[in-house]
Amino acid sequence: MRAWMRLPRPTTQAMGRILILLVFGLTLAFGQSEGPQPTQLNRGAYAELAKVPAKEQARQNPLASDPDAVAAGGKLFDEHCSKCHGENAKGTREGPSLRVQPVRQATPGALFSVLTNGVVRRGMPVWSKLPEPERWQLVSFLKSLETGE
Amino acid sequence: MAGGGSSGAQDRFRYLPLPQDSYRKTPKRRLPRCWVFTPLFFLILLFSPPGFAQESPYIVAYDHYLEEPGSLDVEYFSTFGTQRAGNDFHAYWVEFEYGVNAWWTTEFYLDAQDTFHDGTVFTGVRRENRWRLLKHEHFINPVLYFEFENISDADKIIKEVEGHDVESDHAGSNAVLRANHNHELEFKLLLSRNYAGWNFTANPLFVKNFPDAPWEFGYAIGTSHPLALKASPRRCNLCRENFAIGAEMYGGLGDSASFGLHDTSHYLAPVVAWNLPSNWTLRLSPGFGLNDKSHTLLLRWGLSHEFPGFGHALRNLFGVRQ
Repeated sequence: MRAWMRLPRPTTQAMGRILILLVFGLTLAFGQSEGPQPTQLNRGAYAELAKVPAKEQARQNPLASDPDAVAAGGKLFDEHCSKCHGENAKGTREGPSLRVQPVRQATPGALFSVLTNGVVRRGMPVWSKLPEPERWQLVSFLKSLETGE
Repeated sequence: MAGGGSSGAQDRFRYLPLPQDSYRKTPKRRLPRCWVFTPLFFLILLFSPPGFAQESPYIVAYDHYLEEPGSLDVEYFSTFGTQRAGNDFHAYWVEFEYGVNAWWTTEFYLDAQDTFHDGTVFTGVRRENRWRLLKHEHFINPVLYFEFENISDADKIIKEVEGHDVESDHAGSNAVLRANHNHELEFKLLLSRNYAGWNFTANPLFVKNFPDAPWEFGYAIGTSHPLALKASPRRCNLCRENFAIGAEMYGGLGDSASFGLHDTSHYLAPVVAWNLPSNWTLRLSPGFGLNDKSHTLLLRWGLSHEFPGFGHALRNLFGVRQ
């Protein structure tokens, strides 16, 4: 048996616990600091809309004529998206503004695709855990937003 | 806080409006904890801002969704287990789950248990990481899971079943079981996909107990579905979209020396989750043993709360530049 395994059990246990707490604390404190800066994040996030394959870009919103879709999408936005994109979708340090031309001009299919797949490397998680109709409701809400605020 | 200090608990109760005042005459009488925590819980719900965590209902199985970046999920889970040839138990754990970024989630667990007519013991810690392997959604979405466990044999949370884990492993007294510590490395491949509102997940499990135990194997599979696929336009707590139901099944598959189903235990558990406002989630799962090596019943419930933006606040606290 190796030497470190022969340390008195209380000592190794205490060291192990301290090490675990230290690693966990450091992960919490500094884990995200290596992520993209806000300006990089904004530029990259909007660029993702253009990268969506043409077939997905062409998808139509099946709830486009649903009178409740915008209101339901707004509710979903408050519940899930406003944490990063801000209460009025104007953006925060965590997520870019969605009241901009690239979002306004994006096809419903492109927005749906970005919602579904996220922009994982730039910090946006996948949102396919929301059922497909809810993602289309979010798209309806995003398309209803005014730009330039 | 009023009544802080050594006599804090009793003093604190004096400021609460209680339906009876007999406790003033008999100060030694303890209030049931549920009288304090239940109203407190609903008060928090009532006055807290909107926000739903949208957690899956699984307790043992994992889907491929990670914690949102910068969010801290604090979870408490209880498992009540029946025990033949021994005392029933109530095992519980606290879980801190943090989204480091969109492809990495890290977790820290503290485990304990209370065996009836025996005692209460702290049983160990677990450190877990999950990494998303692909940046887009695919037909099947793999996530790599790695966990280090430093737990004693008295650990009964049964967060996973591996190797030849069987009910009789938990029959001994706490004094005997807690004397033996395990240092385990656990690997899982979380394979999950969504189809027509359903989530399907399969988690093969590989465990190495150091230094010289053989590799052990296990599995967990699950499926779940929200009660409604479309959100209603109004805010509501009891809307169908806030509920998800499903089932999970998990068990052991032997070890590298004796692979197979003999001397293994297996469970089938319906699961339900209620995503409450203000990022609270309540889960309930009665699990039933599928053979005579399994506990007859594992009744689990859990309450979790997500703190969005926790990482950002912590970085500000430490003065880390954005």
